[in-house]
Amino acid sequence: MATVFIPPQMRDLTGGADRVAAAGATLREVLRALEAVHPGLAARVALGEGIAPGLAVSIDGAITARGLLAPVQPESEIHILPAIGGG
Amino acid sequence: MATKTSPDKKKTGKAADTTNGEPQAFKVIGTRPIRHDGVDKVTGRAIYGADVQMAGLVHGRILRSPHAHARIKAIDMSAAEKMPGVVAVVTGKDMPDLRDKMADLGEGTVNLAHLGANCLAHGKVLYKGQAVAAVAATSPHIAEEALKKIKVEYEPLPAVTWVLDAMKDDAPLLHDNVFTSEMGKLGKQPSNIAVHLHFEKGDVEKGFAEADVTIEREYKTASVHQGYIEPHVSTALWNHDCHLTIWTSTQGAFTARQQTAELLQIAISQVTVVPCEIGGGFGGKISVYLEPVAAILSRKCGRPVKMIMNRNEVFEGTGPTPGSFVRVKLGAKKDGRLVAGEAWLAYDAGAFPGGMIGPGCMCVFSCYDLPNARVDGYDVVLNKPKTAAYRAPGATQAAFACESVIDELAEKLGIDPIELRLKNAAREGTRRVDGPTYPRVGLVETLEAARNSDHWRSKLTGKNRGRGIACGYWFNIGLKSSAAANVNPDGTVTLVEGSTDIGGTRTSVAMQLAETLGIAAEDVHPQVGDTDSVGYTDVTGGSRVTFATGLAAYEVGLDIRRQMAARAAMLWECKPEEVTFADGVFRRGDKSTSFKELAGKMHQTGGAVVGRATVDPEGPSHGFGAHIADVEVDPDTGKVTVLRYTALQDAGRAIHPSYVEGQMQGGSVQGIGWALNEEYFYDDSGRMRNASYLDYRMPTAFDLPMIDTIIVEVPNPAHPYGVRGVGETPIVAPPAALAAAIYRAAGVRLRELPMAPHRVWTAKKMTNDEC
Amino acid sequence: MVKKTHVSTTINGETAEFLCEPRQSLLEILRDTLELTGSKEGCNNGNCGACTVLMDGLPVNSCLVLAVEAEGATITTIEGIAEQAHLHPLQQCFLENAALQCGICTPGFIVAAKALLDRNPKPTEHDIRFELAGNLCRCTGYDKIVRAVQDAAAALEGKH
Repeated sequence: MATVFIPPQMRDLTGGADRVAAAGATLREVLRALEAVHPGLAARVALGEGIAPGLAVSIDGAITARGLLAPVQPESEIHILPAIGGG
Repeated sequence: MATKTSPDKKKTGKAADTTNGEPQAFKVIGTRPIRHDGVDKVTGRAIYGADVQMAGLVHGRILRSPHAHARIKAIDMSAAEKMPGVVAVVTGKDMPDLRDKMADLGEGTVNLAHLGANCLAHGKVLYKGQAVAAVAATSPHIAEEALKKIKVEYEPLPAVTWVLDAMKDDAPLLHDNVFTSEMGKLGKQPSNIAVHLHFEKGDVEKGFAEADVTIEREYKTASVHQGYIEPHVSTALWNHDCHLTIWTSTQGAFTARQQTAELLQIAISQVTVVPCEIGGGFGGKISVYLEPVAAILSRKCGRPVKMIMNRNEVFEGTGPTPGSFVRVKLGAKKDGRLVAGEAWLAYDAGAFPGGMIGPGCMCVFSCYDLPNARVDGYDVVLNKPKTAAYRAPGATQAAFACESVIDELAEKLGIDPIELRLKNAAREGTRRVDGPTYPRVGLVETLEAARNSDHWRSKLTGKNRGRGIACGYWFNIGLKSSAAANVNPDGTVTLVEGSTDIGGTRTSVAMQLAETLGIAAEDVHPQVGDTDSVGYTDVTGGSRVTFATGLAAYEVGLDIRRQMAARAAMLWECKPEEVTFADGVFRRGDKSTSFKELAGKMHQTGGAVVGRATVDPEGPSHGFGAHIADVEVDPDTGKVTVLRYTALQDAGRAIHPSYVEGQMQGGSVQGIGWALNEEYFYDDSGRMRNASYLDYRMPTAFDLPMIDTIIVEVPNPAHPYGVRGVGETPIVAPPAALAAAIYRAAGVRLRELPMAPHRVWTAKKMTNDEC
Repeated sequence: MVKKTHVSTTINGETAEFLCEPRQSLLEILRDTLELTGSKEGCNNGNCGACTVLMDGLPVNSCLVLAVEAEGATITTIEGIAEQAHLHPLQQCFLENAALQCGICTPGFIVAAKALLDRNPKPTEHDIRFELAGNLCRCTGYDKIVRAVQDAAAALEGKH
């Protein structure tokens, strides 16, 4: 199962847990699995087919460009981060 | 591997390398060909935005708010409209009402109502210099005169221009529809605090309890401008078939197209953006300012409309970087091992939300392996121009604070500042405070190169002199790039790519294609395409072009190689997979043909060969640098003179070393300007008082020494040639490196930017008075 | 509208005549009337040097010269720096040293540097930095520009 690191500001939705395990071959499946256990989390992370405005999702160190279609490996580490741009 | 590169400009070639599956002694990469667009740029022939001329052209000018905060009660344009020569007048009411529509612009999401109001105000002005109305006339002088005839009735409101003041409960509220977002969870009351971010790792209280030494300090930085020499400029033609063409100075033609289409609520296919040569950007030419305004003026008058900002408008009406307040606390064991860190950052976003607080929070501790850390960050709106990205946006403010505390820790612990950094340096596997771990990165190698440098090992002598060092970090984002190339019968290749070229990237991208095809850099002819002639490409920014568009060029090369191998197979009556390619030569058994020879037979083997690629590499990669500065402080005036400066950086692989050095030198000098004298100087009514180059005072050639560079190469595992982005990291370290040098020269720790003469002098006087 | 004034000048070795309003700057006329757009506008108030041209051999900010003041003057712009078939050594040295990034300040720097080398063929680094302090560059940090001018001075010396 992939490990999803929950940022402090979303831990109200996971009962304080800082990381939770969830199964899925894509980010969408992982979020669906999480939503079943921690209702409200998916709505904070995703909007439509994409990541919610102002956020980014890192899977194994890479900021995904595929939104919810991003592939997830069984041992993946998933982080929810602020979006960054550049100059 | 570190190479001191600055004086040795003829150096060519690189050692054989087998990194990342492209085993070659490079022939093109690492050499210094003359840039392809060079002759046009040294003879004045290159066409920049302001050089666009066309029949029937009229000139647009913008009326700007004289108030930092005011309600617009009425606008009377009748007198201006009646002036001979005036062909159109518009206000925010001529743009669609966009409410709270959001748009994903590739590099980030933007609230379109805010973006639109930043181009032409709706109902309220939020900073002095905000656009209120625009005029098009047959000459720029007539347009300028017409502005004076527009009557705007304002109801002035209280203004706030310092970030901590704007956070207070009784501060003037800028927006009644901005609520504090904590990773998507919204506050209940409208607030000037648009975003609160919080990261935590380990057990911070326990960490500090274990520390032998703890230092906590507060830092302030003023707003500074990107300072590109070319003012914003756009020409728009809303044709009679309703197709809109915009010739503009932009870091991203595709994002300019999308922003304009979204703001005007028209189809993207209705807009063509032609990127002209661009006279600098540094992050400040990503957001649109003039494009939609020129478009609606053109729609109204049926003629092409050209708009050029004057310098005063650039300062007052386009994005500076955030002013900031940062508090950093670090705890260490006696042996120098960091055990805990805490940072509290407040950045101003300017008049609309969406500042640089995210990267600020993610960069503040990014150079170190901190077992326990906590970071809180606030994005705060106030009555200053909407901030825009500026080279490693958000990182410089954070590094000034963190690196200065590291320097104080080194002093207190009696440890050499490089040794202290090496002991705690982020490396492969280090978990960042925001969560992810680093892949292979080059901070340790960069610090070791600094320790071994001539500069660090030399002795600095003389009164009032001191040396400082600091690290800098920035992400390299990936994002989308496209390119296509046509093979010519003479064996040259014409490359069309979508990244506007601000600093020589045509050449660094073309060199990667040349390397892949085994031909000379001069045999690739690169050009930047408009939005109708090349595939979607994200902005020139985020230190991404040589990395990502270079990757696209590499993929184009592979595509061409595949097609050419099939042509060789046709000639040799074999299967394409039996043809091999190395060093620019196709081979099968004892038969061989060079790329050039084979290109000459293109038309008898099936016609044109066109390679194409589109890539979307998932970053980030990570760029680390270290800067060493020697300064002398004039004891009578407090003026700081930079005597010697060395910038070191892990470039992954330097494709064109001259332009890597150029990025390091230019970024260093922008950082030096930020550190020593640039600032937006506001009076009590929220008006900027130094909106000219003369008074804002960027560094000149006479203010500086040569900037030495040492390129460290720890290849990026995520790129076939090992490229890391290099553009942004060099601006991050200078303020902290200079503050450390000033301390050793003058005995005072400066904690506010700029470290202008009056601040240094005052700090010194206070110290002397205490003694 | 004010009556236009007839002005007669020599620009890049050729006679050039134009009509201008009294309020128009030489830069405006060069760029918009004569289509010599190589001189750039960065500030329009004499602070950045991007519009530098030679007026009777001296470097001036053409944004600060009224076009009517150019009557009878001999003017050299960036378009007049290269010799017929080849670049001026300054131009060549700017290319070889990678002394430009965005290139917007480059015409002004080359013209200002030519004025310097015309007057002082063997400038020190200090001379170069002092004389070019009126030209702003935001991209390069000036290092490679100074080296380019040093190399051009050496190349020109070799030619004489």
